[in-house]
Amino acid sequence: MDNLLSITTFIPAIAAAILALFLRGDDEAAQRNAKWVAMAATAMTFLVSLFILFGFDAGNTDFQFVEERTWIMGFTYKMGIDGISILFVMLTTFLMPIVIASCWTVNSRVKEYMIAFLLLETLMLGVFMALDLVLFYLFFEAGLIPMFLIIGIWGGANRIYASFKFFLYTFLGSVLMLVAMVGMYSAAGTTDIPSLMGFPFGTDTFSILGIHIMGGMQTLLWLAFFASFAVKMPMWPVHTWLPDAHVQAPTAGSVVLAAILLKMGGYGFLRFSLPMFPIGSEVMGSLVLWMSAIAIVYTSLVALVQEDMKKLIAYSSVAHMGFVTMGIFTFNQQGLDGAIFQMLSHGFISGALFLCVGVIYDRMHTRDIDAYGGLVNRMPAYALIFMFFTMANVGLPGTSGFVGEFLTLMAVFQVNTWVAAVATTGVIFSAAYALWLYRRVVMGDLIKESLKSITDMTARERWIFAPLVIMTLLLGVYPSLVTDIIGPSVAALVDQVETAQAAYMPSTASVASH
Amino acid sequence: MEQIILFAPLVGALIGGFGWKIIGETAAQWLTTGLLFLAALLSWVIMLTFDASAHDNGYYTIDLMRWIQSGTLDTSWGIRIDRLTAIMLVVINTVSALVHLYSFGYMAHDEQFPDTPYKARFFAYLSFFTFAMLMLVTADNLVQMFFGWEGVGVASYLLIGFYYKKPSANAAAIKAFVVNRVGDFGFALGIFAIFYVTGSINFDVIFAEAPALAETTLHFLWRDWNAAEVIALLLFIGAMGKSAQLILHTWLPDAMEGPTPVSALIHAATMVTAGVFLVCRMSPIMEFAPSATSFIVFLGATTAFFAATVGLVQNDIKRVIAYSTCSQLGYMFVAAGLGVYSVAMFHLFTHAFFKAMLFLGAGSVIHGMHHEQDMRNYGGLRHKLPWTFRAMMIGTLAITGFGIPLLYIGFPVGFAGFVSKDAIIESAYAGTAGGYAFWMLVVAALFTSFYSWRLIFLTFYGKPRGDKHTHEHAHESPKVMLVPLAVLAVGAIFAGMVFYKPFFGNAKYVGQYFGVAYAEQGHGDDHAMDGHTDETHADEDHAATVDEHHGDEEAHGETHYAFDGEPGQGAIYVAHDNTTLDDAHLVPVWVKLSPFFAMILGFATAWLFYIRSPHLPRKLAQQQEPLYNFLLNKWYFDELYDAIFVKPAMWLGTFLWKRGDGNVIDGSLNGIAMGIIPTLTRWCGRAQSGYVFTYAFAMVIGIVVILTYFTITGSYE
Repeated sequence: MDNLLSITTFIPAIAAAILALFLRGDDEAAQRNAKWVAMAATAMTFLVSLFILFGFDAGNTDFQFVEERTWIMGFTYKMGIDGISILFVMLTTFLMPIVIASCWTVNSRVKEYMIAFLLLETLMLGVFMALDLVLFYLFFEAGLIPMFLIIGIWGGANRIYASFKFFLYTFLGSVLMLVAMVGMYSAAGTTDIPSLMGFPFGTDTFSILGIHIMGGMQTLLWLAFFASFAVKMPMWPVHTWLPDAHVQAPTAGSVVLAAILLKMGGYGFLRFSLPMFPIGSEVMGSLVLWMSAIAIVYTSLVALVQEDMKKLIAYSSVAHMGFVTMGIFTFNQQGLDGAIFQMLSHGFISGALFLCVGVIYDRMHTRDIDAYGGLVNRMPAYALIFMFFTMANVGLPGTSGFVGEFLTLMAVFQVNTWVAAVATTGVIFSAAYALWLYRRVVMGDLIKESLKSITDMTARERWIFAPLVIMTLLLGVYPSLVTDIIGPSVAALVDQVETAQAAYMPSTASVASH
Repeated sequence: MEQIILFAPLVGALIGGFGWKIIGETAAQWLTTGLLFLAALLSWVIMLTFDASAHDNGYYTIDLMRWIQSGTLDTSWGIRIDRLTAIMLVVINTVSALVHLYSFGYMAHDEQFPDTPYKARFFAYLSFFTFAMLMLVTADNLVQMFFGWEGVGVASYLLIGFYYKKPSANAAAIKAFVVNRVGDFGFALGIFAIFYVTGSINFDVIFAEAPALAETTLHFLWRDWNAAEVIALLLFIGAMGKSAQLILHTWLPDAMEGPTPVSALIHAATMVTAGVFLVCRMSPIMEFAPSATSFIVFLGATTAFFAATVGLVQNDIKRVIAYSTCSQLGYMFVAAGLGVYSVAMFHLFTHAFFKAMLFLGAGSVIHGMHHEQDMRNYGGLRHKLPWTFRAMMIGTLAITGFGIPLLYIGFPVGFAGFVSKDAIIESAYAGTAGGYAFWMLVVAALFTSFYSWRLIFLTFYGKPRGDKHTHEHAHESPKVMLVPLAVLAVGAIFAGMVFYKPFFGNAKYVGQYFGVAYAEQGHGDDHAMDGHTDETHADEDHAATVDEHHGDEEAHGETHYAFDGEPGQGAIYVAHDNTTLDDAHLVPVWVKLSPFFAMILGFATAWLFYIRSPHLPRKLAQQQEPLYNFLLNKWYFDELYDAIFVKPAMWLGTFLWKRGDGNVIDGSLNGIAMGIIPTLTRWCGRAQSGYVFTYAFAMVIGIVVILTYFTITGSYE
C-alpha cells in the first residue's frame, strides 16, 4: 500500500464524518454508539499504524512511505515519515484509544466530543507526516480548533478565559511562522519540506534599525518559527497559557494536550529550525539553553506551591519540556535522542498523571489538593498507580522518565556546564514537588468526611492505565526500542547541522574581527 | 548463579507485592524470605570461592541486555563480579535474609494497620530494596549503578513512609528522598563529567583513563579544574547524600520513623554504605585526586566526631544508633579517603554485622516494650529480655572496640569493631601524620563508647522507669527474632579476626584478595607484574616470615610489600606511592593503644553517669545548658536548613507564580490583548450556542485563504 500514511491519518476523520452525518439523537444509546465508533476508529488507526512501524526501515534516513499528489491551486499534498517523526505518529495512534476510553463517563454532547477528538487525531497525525509547508501549516493551525473547542465547551468554570488564552498565545505565535513560510517560499521557490531542509538560506549578517543580526536571514526565519514552537512547547516565559488551559480542560483534553499537542513544538524544532536554519539555531542556541534551564528551575519552584493538582502537573510539564528544548539545542546525538525520548516518555507519563487526577476528579469533582488526603486507605490500587507515575515523573531510572532527562543533561554538559548544573537541580525540585503532592493527596490517615466513601479504581480505569505502565517500564528498561529507530535519522540530522555550522565558522570570525 | 542472586529478590518482591492475594500473605512472606536465603547462600559461595587471580584483571562480567545507547554512549545491563562486589553481595544478602526472617516476628502485629493487610507489602519492599542494592553493587558501569542508587532511594522512601498514617513518617520519607537527590545532583554531574572527558561510563574504560584524567583540565562552571579532582568531588557529593555525611546527613536520624528491621537493613548495614562503596569502586580516580580525597578524609573525620557528639544526648534508642551509624560511616570515609580502601571495606563489612545486630536488638526491646522508644522509660530490662540483653552486649562490645590490645596471634584478638576500627585509626595516624583525622576519630571513639554504654545502662540496668504497665508486660521476643540476632552475633564477634589479613594484612594479602598486583618494596617497583595478581616467586616463604614478625612491627628483617597494579586491574587501585596500608602497621604503640583507652574512658564515664551516680547527667545538663541544647537539637541543622532552603524555596515559588507568571508575563500580555479580548469573548458566547462547527469550519477556510494569499503574492517578490 503506497498510501498507508493517508489511510492512517484520515481514518479518524472519516469516522468523525460518519458520526456527524449518520448519528442522530442524544439518548444513551446514541452516546454509547458515538463512543464505540470513536473507539473503533482510533483502535483501527493504531492497528494500521503498526504496519507503518513494522514496515519502517530504521537504517534508511530518507523519508519513507512518501506520497505526493498535486492538490488545489497548484499546491502539493506530500506526506512521509522518517526516524524523527515516526514515533510521534505511533505515540498519537497509541494514546488516542486510551483517551477515548478515558471519556467513557462523559455524557454531555458526546457525539460532538468524539468528533472533536477524532478530528484532532487526524490533524495531529497530519502534522507529524506532512512534507509540504502549506500542508504542515494547515494541520498545525487547524489542530488548534478542536482543542480550543474541547476546552471551551467541555471545560471547567473558567473555560472561556482559558480557551482564549490558549488560542491567542498559540495563534499569535503562528502568524509569525506564516510570514516566515512566505519568506522561505520566496527565497527557495518551493514548499517541499525535504528540499527546504537542504536549502541554504542566507546567513549574511545585516542590520535592522542599527541592530546587527548575526546569521542574517536564517536568524530571522528561525526567530519566526521559534515564536510559534516556543509557545507550543511551551517554553518559559510564554508558558502561562498551559496551566490555565489544563485546569479548565476536561481530563481527556488535558491528556491530549500534554501528551501529544505539546510535542508539536519539539517536533517543529527538529523538522524546521535545526535542518533548515542551522546557523540561526547556532546563533540563538545558547539563548534557548538558558531559557530551558530557567524554565526547569522556575516552573519547578512554582509547581512546589501549587494548590491545584492539574496546575502542579502542568507546571511540571513545562519543566520537563525544558529538558526537551535543552536537548535539541545541544546539537549532538545524545541531546537529540534524549529530547525525542523525553517527549515520548512525557507523553505516557504526563498523560497518565492527568488521568490520575481525572480518576479522583470524577469522584469528588475537585482538583484542590487540600480536599484530599489519605486516599491510600480506601484506594490502594490508585495509590500504587499514582506512585508509579510520580516516580516516573521524577525521572527514576528504570522508568522512561529517566532516559530522556539523563541523555539531555549529559548532552548539555558537553556544551555548557553552567546550564547543565542549573538544569540538574531540576532532579531535586521535581522530587520535592511530586512527592509532596503525593503525600498530601494519597498519604496520611483518611480523616476527611467527604472521602470516607470514595471507591477504588474500576476495572475500566485500571485497563486504561495498564498500557501506559507497560510502556513507561519497557522504555525505561529497554530504551533501545526507541533509540534504534530514531538513531540513524538523528545522526544524519546532527551531521547535517554540524557540517553547516562548521562551514559558517569563517564568516563569524570575519564579523567578529570588524 | 550470579543471575539467581540478582533476580531472586526481584522475583520475591513481585510475588510479595502482587501475588500475595493469590498465594496468601504467609506464603508470600515465606517465599520472599526463602529466596533471600537462597541468594545469601549463593553469595557466600561466591565470596568464598572467588579467586581474583583466576580472571583477567581480577574481575569478570556477565552481559545481560542493552540499555541506553545513543551515539557514543553505550550502556548495558550487566553484572560485574570482583572482590568489592563479592563482599557487598555477602553483606547485603546475609543481612537482608536475616532481616526478612526477623520481620516475621517484628511485623506480626501492628496497631497501625488494624484491618489492612500489610505484611506482604512490607516483605515486598524489603526484597525490592535488596534487588536495587544488588544492582548497585553488581553494576559494571556508572549508569546502572545510578539505577541501583536511585532504586534503593525509592525503597528507602517507601519503607520510611511505611506507616503512612503518621505525618512524621511521611515527612521523613520525603526528606530522605529529597536530601538524597541533592547528593544525586552531584553524582549525576560527576557521571556527565566522566562521559564528557572519557567518552564512556563503563568502569573498565574509565579506570584505564584515570591517569590521563589527572593530566586533563575540565572547564566546569567558572574555571578550569583538574578533571580527576572535580570528578572525584562530584561523585563524593553523591556519596555524602547516600551515606549521610555532614551537610547531607539530616535525613538519616529522621529515617528512624521506618519500622526497625528497615533501619537495620537499609539505614545501618547496606544502603548507607553505598557511598563508601562508591568511593572504593572509583578508587582509580580517587587516587589521582589528592585534594578531593583530602576533603573526603576531612569530612569523614568531622562527621564521625559530629555525629558522636549528638549521639551522646539523644533519648530515642533508635536515634542513638542512627547517629552512631552516621559516625561509623565517617570512619569508613576516612579510610577510603586515605586510600586504604580495603580497610574501609573491612569496617563496612564488620559494621554491617554489629550495627544490624544493635538495631535488631533495639527492635527487640521496642517490640518487647510495646513500641516505646524513649530510653528514659526503660531500665532494668536485662531480666525481662535476657537474650536481647546478651545480643546487645555483644553488639556494644563490638562497636566500642573491645579487644586485647597489642596481642597478635596471626590476627589481633577482639570483637569485630575492635579490629576494623583500630585499623582505621591506625591508618588515619599513618596517613595524616597524626593530624586532624586521627584525633577526631579517637575522640569519636571515646564518645562512641560513652553513648553505646549509656544505651546499655539506661535500657538494661537500673530500675524500671516510665509506665509500670508497659514494664510489667515487657516480654522477650520470639525465636524467629532471636535467631537472626544469634547469627549476627557470630559475625560481630569473629568477622574482624577471621578477615583481618585479606583486608588489613599487608599489600600482599590485600593485593591477592582484591586482585591487585603487588611487589616487594624496595626492589619491587622495577618489575611490575602484568595483569592480574601473581602467585609467583616464593611468596609462600615470605608469608611465613611476615606471619612470625607481624605482631612486632619494630622487628627488623620484615618484608614490606607495596601495591603495584595499574588502574582497572583488580577491584581497587592504590597508587604506588600510597603506602598508608603498610605504614599503618608501623605506628607507635601509644597510637595503637589510644582507641582502647578512649573506649575504657567512655565506658567508665558512662558507668559513673548511669550506674554509680545517676543524678550527674541532669546536673551536668543544667550546668551546661546551651551546650546540652545544642547537642540535643543536633547542632540545629534542621532549623538552619529550614530557614535557608525550605522557606526561601517556597517563598520564591510563590513569588514567581504570583508576580512572575501573574503580574509580569500575564500582565503584559493582557495589556496587549486588552483590546481584542472583549470582542472575542462576546464572539465566544455565541460559540457555545451550538454553531460551533460552523465557526470552526469558517476558521479553517480563513486560514487556507490567508495562506493562499500570502503564498501566491509571496512568489511575486
